[in-house]
Amino acid sequence: MGGVHPPENKITASRHIEELPVPGTVTIPISQHLGVPASPVVAKGDRVLTGQLIARGGGFISAHIHSSVTGKVVKIDDMMDSSGYRRKSVVIQTEADEWAEGIDLDAGIVRGCDLDGAAIVRKVNDMGIVGLGGATFPSHVKLMVPKGKKADYLIVNGVECEPYLTADHRLMLEKGEEILVGISIQMKALGVEQAIIGIESNKPDAIEVMGRLAASHAGVRVEALEVKYPQGAEKQLIKAAIGREVPSGKLPIEVGCVVHNVGTAFAVYEAVQKNMPLIRRVVTVAGKSMNKPGNFMVRIGTPVSALIEAAGGLPEDTGKVINGGPMMGKALNDLGVPVTKGTSGILVFTEMESHRKPVVACIRCGRCTTVCPMGLEPYLLSALSEKNRNEECEQERIMDCMECGSCMYICPSGRPLLDLMRVGKSRVGKIIRERTH
Amino acid sequence: MSVLTVSGSPHLQTDQSVSKIMYGVVFSLIPAMLVSFYFFGLAAILVTITAVVACMAFEFLIQKYLIRGPLTIFDGSALITGILLAFNVPASLPLWMVVVGSAAAIGMGKMTFGGLGKNPFNPALVGRVFLMISFPVEMTSWPLPSAFSTKLTDAVTGPTALAIWKDGVGQGNTVDQVMADLPEYAQLLIGNMGGSIGEISALALLLGGVYMLVRKIITWHIPVAYLGSVVVFAGVFWLIDPTYYIDPLFHLISGGLMLGALYMATDMVTSPMSARGQIVFGIGCGVVTMVIRLFGAYPEGVSFAILIMNAFVPIINKGMKPKRFGEEVKHG
Repeated sequence: MGGVHPPENKITASRHIEELPVPGTVTIPISQHLGVPASPVVAKGDRVLTGQLIARGGGFISAHIHSSVTGKVVKIDDMMDSSGYRRKSVVIQTEADEWAEGIDLDAGIVRGCDLDGAAIVRKVNDMGIVGLGGATFPSHVKLMVPKGKKADYLIVNGVECEPYLTADHRLMLEKGEEILVGISIQMKALGVEQAIIGIESNKPDAIEVMGRLAASHAGVRVEALEVKYPQGAEKQLIKAAIGREVPSGKLPIEVGCVVHNVGTAFAVYEAVQKNMPLIRRVVTVAGKSMNKPGNFMVRIGTPVSALIEAAGGLPEDTGKVINGGPMMGKALNDLGVPVTKGTSGILVFTEMESHRKPVVACIRCGRCTTVCPMGLEPYLLSALSEKNRNEECEQERIMDCMECGSCMYICPSGRPLLDLMRVGKSRVGKIIRERTH
Repeated sequence: MSVLTVSGSPHLQTDQSVSKIMYGVVFSLIPAMLVSFYFFGLAAILVTITAVVACMAFEFLIQKYLIRGPLTIFDGSALITGILLAFNVPASLPLWMVVVGSAAAIGMGKMTFGGLGKNPFNPALVGRVFLMISFPVEMTSWPLPSAFSTKLTDAVTGPTALAIWKDGVGQGNTVDQVMADLPEYAQLLIGNMGGSIGEISALALLLGGVYMLVRKIITWHIPVAYLGSVVVFAGVFWLIDPTYYIDPLFHLISGGLMLGALYMATDMVTSPMSARGQIVFGIGCGVVTMVIRLFGAYPEGVSFAILIMNAFVPIINKGMKPKRFGEEVKHG
C-alpha cells in the first residue's frame, strides 16, 4: 500500500567503492547511535591506535566507539554534528595508521565461524556495530531475541529505495560474499533457519550476484521487490518480503522477524571474522552538479567537506547539502561536521533544487492519503497538529508516521505536511511519555 | 555557494501542481466541448465563454475587494467551474442568466467558504441548481441538436431523452412504445440528443475521463462506483418490469450521468479522501440519481444526487478511514 516514485537518479550505481584517504583530523562523536551516549575512555593528549576503543557504551541500548585513525587526542569537547546540535566528540590529529592488536587486515575471506550465539552477540557489541541503514540502532540488541518471542526470519535490507544512494548497491556487488557470511553469522546468533535478502528490482546486477552467492549459504534467498519508495522502510520491507504486518507501535520481532541492513551484515562479518570495529563505512556522494560523484569507503569522523572534495569539490551554484538521501536526509548548515556510523550519503543540490514549491491551498485531492505507506491521513494529521489538537492526533495514529516524506513529496499544493506532523509527533510523544512515567 | 539552505525532509517534491491538475481537466474536456459546439452551435460557444469570463471575473472581484487575499484566478479552478457550469445549462439560456448562475457558483458555491479547497459543494452544481430554481422554464427548454448553426434565437426545443421516457411511461405507454420517440442509442452515445450543453456526448466525455485516469488526475473509484451502482439499480427494476422501466444502458448514456460521474462527482475538493470513502460516495450518488430518475418529480437527478452526497463527505471521511498499516494483525 502507498508509496511514491521519485526520480531514482542513481548516478553513482556503476562507480566502484573508492578508499578515501585518512584526513588530517577526525571528529568522532560519542553518540552515533540510538540510545545512551558512550563515555570517553581516553583523555586529551592520549595517543590512540586505529580500531582502539575510545568510548564505552553506557547501557543496554548503547554502542562502543572506536578510533578510526591513529593519532593524538587533541580535544574532547562539544562539537557540531550532522544533527545540527553540539555533541561531545573526540577530536584526533591523525598520523600513519597503526592498527590495534587483533585486527585482521588480510583481504582473504574467512568463512567458518565457530562462535556460539552468545559469543557472536558479545563480539558485535565489542566492535560497536550499529544499524547502518540509517536508524543506527545497536546491532547486538537486535541479535538477542527477547524472552517469550521467536524469530523465524532474518530479513536483510538491500532495498536502498532512497533516490541517489548507491552505497548498499555497490557493497552488494563488491562485498557480496562477505555480506553473506555476515548474514550466516547473524542467523546463527538469532537461531533462525531462513534469511531473505530484499533488493529492489531496479538493481538486477545485485539481485544476480547476491542470488548466485546465496545458493551456497543454507537458508538464504534473495527476493526481488517492486521499485517504490519507501520499500526499504522496516515494516514495509517485512510486508513485501513475507506478507506480515508489524502492529502499530510494535517491533518486527512481534511477527517473528529481525531486519538488518546489508551494510550491517558486512560490518558484522568484519567484526566477527576480522575483529574489525566499526570505524569506516561506505558513503555515496552524489548530486547532479557534482564533478566526480562516487561511492567512498570513509573513516568515521572524516569531515563532510573532505568527502565533497574527493567527489570533485563543492560546485559554485550549490544551494543545499544533505546528510543522507533526498527523502529522509537532513540538510546540513556546516560542512565541517563528521561522517558518522549513520551517514549513508552526502547529497549536493543546486540552488534551483534547494527550494520548496510555493504553498497553495489544499484541494483535498487525497493523494497524501493514497501514498502514505502507513495508511494515515497526512492532510488531517497536519491540520490537527497545526491546531494543537494533540489528543485527536494520537487517535489518528500520528505516532505511526515514520517521516518518510511521501505525502509531502506528492502534494500538488506543496503543503508542509511533514513539517507540521513532526511538530505534532513531538507533542504527542511528550504526552505519552508523561502518561507512562 | 553563499549560504546553505536548511529545510526539513523530504527535499524532493513532485512536479505536479494544482494548476497542472486543473488545466489537465480542462484539456480533457475539449472533445466534449467540440461535440457540444457542433450540435448546439454559436449559442453554446457564447454561453461557455460567458460562464468562464463571469466565473473568473467574480472570483477576481471577490478576492480583490471582499477577501482582499492573494489572487488565484489563473490557477484554473474558476475556469473549470465556468466550463462545467456552461456544460450544465441549455444552450438557449439567456446570457444574463448565465452571469447570475456564475455569481451563484463562485460567490455562494466557492468564495463564501474561503475559496478553492474549502467549499463543501461542487460550485458549478450550486450555480446550476440556483438557476434551476430561479428560472425553471428557461432551464428546462432544451434546444434540439442540429449541424453547426450560428442562429441564436428560435432554436427548435424538445424534451430530453430521459423526459421522453418518463413522460411516456407516466402516461401509461410501455417502454417499447416510448422507444419509437427516442433517438437511437448510437445517436445518444455520440451526443445527438437534446440536453445541457456539455452532457450530451457520453463518448466524448468517456474519452476525457480515460485521459484523466491515464494522467492520474482522477482515480477509478468514484466513476466506477457511480456508473456501476446506476447499472445495478436500473438493471434490477428493468428486470422486474421491462415494460415500465427502461434498460440500464439507456440510463448510462442519457442525461447528465457521464458528465456527473466523470467530472462533477470526481471534483477533488468535494469528494471523499480515501479510496473506500470514494466508493461509498460513488454508490450513494448512483442510488440517489436513480431514485430521482425512477421515482422523483424530475426526470434527471444527477445534480441533486451529487450535491446531496457532497453533504455527506465529511461524515464519510470520518467513517471511512484508509486501512491503517498493521491494523489487522496477521500471524503466519
